[in-house]
Amino acid sequence: MSIRVRSTAPTDERSREALRGRPAAEHRPSENVARPEGDLAFSISDLNLWYSGKQALTGVGLDIPRKMVTALIGPSGCGKSTLLRCLNRMNDLIPGVTIEGTVTYRNANIYGSEVDPVEVRRRIGMVFQKPNPFPKSIYDNVAFGARVNGFRGNLDDLVESSLKRAALWEEVKDDLKKSGLALSGGQQQRLCIARALANNPDVILMDEPCSALDPIATLRIEDLMRELATDYTIVVVTHNMQQAARVSDYTAFMLTDEEITGQLIEYAPTETMFTQPADQRTEAYISGRFG
Amino acid sequence: MPRELFEKELAELQDDVLILGSMAEKAVVDSVEALRSADLEWSQRIIEEDLAINKKRFDIEESALFVIASQQPLATDLRAVMSALMIITDLERIGDHAEGIASINLRLGESEDLPRRMGYIPAMADRAIAMLRDSLNAYVERNVDEARRVCDADDEVDRLQDAVYDEAFRGMIEDPTKIERNTYYLWTAHNLERIADRCTNICERVIYLVTGRMEEINVSKY
Repeated sequence: MSIRVRSTAPTDERSREALRGRPAAEHRPSENVARPEGDLAFSISDLNLWYSGKQALTGVGLDIPRKMVTALIGPSGCGKSTLLRCLNRMNDLIPGVTIEGTVTYRNANIYGSEVDPVEVRRRIGMVFQKPNPFPKSIYDNVAFGARVNGFRGNLDDLVESSLKRAALWEEVKDDLKKSGLALSGGQQQRLCIARALANNPDVILMDEPCSALDPIATLRIEDLMRELATDYTIVVVTHNMQQAARVSDYTAFMLTDEEITGQLIEYAPTETMFTQPADQRTEAYISGRFG
Repeated sequence: MPRELFEKELAELQDDVLILGSMAEKAVVDSVEALRSADLEWSQRIIEEDLAINKKRFDIEESALFVIASQQPLATDLRAVMSALMIITDLERIGDHAEGIASINLRLGESEDLPRRMGYIPAMADRAIAMLRDSLNAYVERNVDEARRVCDADDEVDRLQDAVYDEAFRGMIEDPTKIERNTYYLWTAHNLERIADRCTNICERVIYLVTGRMEEINVSKY
């Protein structure tokens, strides 16, 4: 197992122990973890994470299939957003974080010392809960990453193709100079997706991408997720069980209980998960008996 | 976090399935008894009362659809609602088979005034009715073993159906004037055999409800 410690954190073992805090209660990995067939986008193994000594993920291990939608579900505080942010090293930006374990992406551990986190985040884009367009024009929002990265191709084509892929082009093509902030919530979220797509990523991580949207805008984003899954790997955190059932191919259920924080309880094809979950805790959560 | 309203709706749904089950069972018991006693008025009432069975089925279907729309059930809850929807279809069809037996009695009444040829019919009826009761018990108790036992009992009903075929065809050959009477004998047995098959369907739904697996338990030869 490789170990990655934040460069801002102390590097000697005793300090590292202090940062991790008390050892986690004995954790046995779940037996109810499916192994997806075919190409994998990520292979996560024995992933542990602490925020300033407080454990947030415990022994998480699962394989995320390529060009499919994988949903992470679970009650608040179960570690699903933390796990999502581990997939593109977004947690590195949080002071006092310690991460152990491996996240293999394209045959390399993204927490390896030789890996550039900025490049990781370019390949693995992210869409957040609240649409966060820059206070710039629609065009400039989409072109932003390309300009920063020194894109040498045709910027107009890139903006158009990205907006088309995000199913926004028809609504904005005549007004690309309009501020991104002037769009509706659902349009803003699709603009953020277009902005992520313009960086030519492999993977798009979505952290509750529809929770700030109305039902119609939500369904448009869900349709878009299904369309995008033909070319991209999508991992989505959602509190909406029906959404996970509608859009995802695989679903992971995470839980924090009295003993263990941020553990993976069950991982299965979505159809199985929502009709015949193997674990009673999954059953209780998805049928609304707790959480 | 309990879901009191949802739990109540699921319990009501199951109660309604059992009410429909008892309506279907009464129709089967009565249809065979009316046939045995050549009571045409009784058979006429059974046919009219089948409308109530059909209506009850649609009422339950409406309730189940509303539960799906309003509560969005998942996992066991979803299987419970779906099983109820499937089971009421079988129960409604069992009612139709009882109506079929009642119609046979009326046809016999038009053509002849003889004692009905019952032969193996009471034995088949006893077994089919027992299968219906036991399948609904398995449903209420979520009892997979009991459901499988009920399915096994279908073999005996099939065996009796074989015996009816033999007897009826022999009767037709021996005395061609009794072809019509033996045909009704066959039809009655066929209705009872279909009732038993519907009970195995109910049991398959019980197994699905409990285990999440869809299994074809017992393929009837008819």
